[in-house]
Amino acid sequence: MEIHAYEKLWLALALVLIVGFIGTITYGAAGVGIEMIDDKGGTVDPATLDEHPKFGDPGVEKTGENQYDVYVVARQFVFEPGTTEPIRVPEGSTVTFHVTASDVIHGFEVVGTNANTMAIPGQVAEFTVEFDEPGEYGLLCNEYCGSGHHVMEGKLVVMEQSEFDSWYEQQQQEGEN
Amino acid sequence: MATASGQKRTFVDRYPDEAGIVKANFLVAFVALGIGAFFGLVQALHRTDILRIIDSADYYTMLTGHGVLLAIVFTIFFLCGFFHWATARSLKQPAVSTLYSWAWFGLMTTGTVLATIAILGGFVPNLGISADVLFTFYAPLQAHPIFYIGLAMFIVGTWLAGADWFLSYREWRRDNKGERIPLQTFMVLTTMIMWYVSTIGIAVSVVFFLIPWSLGLIPSVNPLLTRTLFWYFGHPIVYFWLMPAYMMWYTILPKLSGGRLFSDPLARVVFLLFLLLSTPVGIHHQYLDPGIAEGFKFIAMTNTMFLLLPSLLTAFTAVASMEHGARQRGGEGYLRWLGALPWRDPAFTGMALAGILFAAGGFSGMINAGMNINYLIHNTLWVPGHFHLTVGTAVALTMMAGSYWLVPQLTGTKLYSRPIGLLQVIMWFIGMVFMSNAMHRAGLAGIPRRTAEPQYQNFDFVTPIGSIFELRVQIALGGTLLFLSVVLFLFNMLLTSLGEESDRPVDEYLPEPLSGPEGSPRVLDNLGLWTGIAVVLVILAYTLPVASIIQNGGGLFGGGLPVPVTISAGLDFVTTMVTGTVSSLLEVVA
Repeated sequence: MEIHAYEKLWLALALVLIVGFIGTITYGAAGVGIEMIDDKGGTVDPATLDEHPKFGDPGVEKTGENQYDVYVVARQFVFEPGTTEPIRVPEGSTVTFHVTASDVIHGFEVVGTNANTMAIPGQVAEFTVEFDEPGEYGLLCNEYCGSGHHVMEGKLVVMEQSEFDSWYEQQQQEGEN
Repeated sequence: MATASGQKRTFVDRYPDEAGIVKANFLVAFVALGIGAFFGLVQALHRTDILRIIDSADYYTMLTGHGVLLAIVFTIFFLCGFFHWATARSLKQPAVSTLYSWAWFGLMTTGTVLATIAILGGFVPNLGISADVLFTFYAPLQAHPIFYIGLAMFIVGTWLAGADWFLSYREWRRDNKGERIPLQTFMVLTTMIMWYVSTIGIAVSVVFFLIPWSLGLIPSVNPLLTRTLFWYFGHPIVYFWLMPAYMMWYTILPKLSGGRLFSDPLARVVFLLFLLLSTPVGIHHQYLDPGIAEGFKFIAMTNTMFLLLPSLLTAFTAVASMEHGARQRGGEGYLRWLGALPWRDPAFTGMALAGILFAAGGFSGMINAGMNINYLIHNTLWVPGHFHLTVGTAVALTMMAGSYWLVPQLTGTKLYSRPIGLLQVIMWFIGMVFMSNAMHRAGLAGIPRRTAEPQYQNFDFVTPIGSIFELRVQIALGGTLLFLSVVLFLFNMLLTSLGEESDRPVDEYLPEPLSGPEGSPRVLDNLGLWTGIAVVLVILAYTLPVASIIQNGGGLFGGGLPVPVTISAGLDFVTTMVTGTVSSLLEVVA
């Protein structure tokens, strides 16, 4: 098969470009350790989410020194927590999110960051985020989920440690009562 | 004007029945284009807060109509007409049975009408029919059964259409043993094999899960499974849109430029690469889905990156063929030859501009395909920004430009107005530059796609350069130009088809390529072999992820209870529309 010399050169450069792309992404995953959403979050039964030990009463839970788990349920058209109450985490913490949906497919996006996942009924999206600075972030649903999709929003607040501690303690006490 | 065959002059004279089928397909495509573009205009003005004549809940009905009518109905009906033309033209023989051709056209049209009724039903809540499930129809959001049934009929119609072209080919082969498959027919057949392989996913999803579920025969479906089956088909459909555009760039654009195709063998290799690589990549739309292991996503990503290769090769061939044409017309110099191209011809200019924007869309697509950077832009306005450059420009603008050359062959008339055609394609280009660059930038600021509201109560979006207001104005302006461009196009087509028979009709002659098929290995024509390899690649890419989705996600039917999409009741779309338009007009006047 006759291939023009320029065409051969172009072909070679195209292949170099492609292999280069694959290389940078492989490095991003294996070298730098950028974490992907995968199947490690496991599954839940969306019909009995209310009885689930974690998703039955979703929220923030301390799991270690500076380590937290946050359970979030997305449903038409709210995040629990997130919409009526902001999701609160302390600064400098490492937070593992567990996100699922109870009715249809939703999105969970912390605006302006790459904290972004699909919330699919029956599946739990698990991903870990490090929060360095205090501040407020917008939270929104980025997958169409019905006629009220555009009102589905929330807030994520990264608090100062002392402020967070007193809020967390109060939460725990209320939970016990 | 003499033709290669030297007999009757135009396509419509030699193949009147085929021309009729092609015209019918184009008619449906253009009607869908008109309605879909109007919905697009209303959306562009609504979500940028420039002009609001609908309720935000109705936005999603319009969005569904926009997506389905443009991305499915317009593109695929046009493709069917174009492929029917190309098969008859390149095999130099009519289709085996006109009645059969009308049968697949009828089935596709009936399916389209049913699905469209379900979509438009969303405007009239009391009707009880709606399909506000968007182009992707992810379960467990549920549409009325006639939406899924219409969709299934449409898909089966395309299968029968493909069989029509395979039957033509078989008949041709009987009389032409040992000859190479004519290039255009080769492209039609490989594209259709890709389509058969990839539509299996959507057919299984719709027929075995969504139709019984929407009829209440099964209580629930596995949402991740139907979503994965959707994307199994959802990425190859991108190439089903793109293949007719590529085919025009390979076979028609060189002629319009005044030259010949650069290389026939490479064109064949490119189409085979699309056949092999376009299906085992769908999981790259699911990088952010829980329930799919990272390894499977990585495999899809690697395949996707290699899929860049045929597009990069196409870019080379398209530019090389244009340069050859320009030099035939007396063009000289490193870049000065560009000036020798026929820029006054809307068919040429439209295709060339479409190619330029496709290059930009290709680059934003590489970002989408990058497994990790994708997290920043997933489901933001970046994504529609990207595909308005690919399907919305590379494909749609090439199809419109191609129509300026094709339609006169089918009607025997002259194009009504070349200057209006030229204005139309340039307007499309400018409109899309405004709209898609603003969408890409808005996506980087985190603004989501598929939402009726431009802003939220509790936070603001921040852009690094410019303001959100400026982005909104660009989107609205771009959307308006695009709609006006469609109006001009349809007007030109209508007057062309109503025109008088021309003394010097357009012929469908295409010159021989610079390097002909004889230079390529015969194995390229072995379609059975390539189909086999394509199927093996699909099995490798999909068996394990689908098995684990079924196993872990509660079986075939576990997981999602149906959630019908009923809109807030009592909204009569027509009244809202009319009163809204009147009041905003009054505002403007006052």
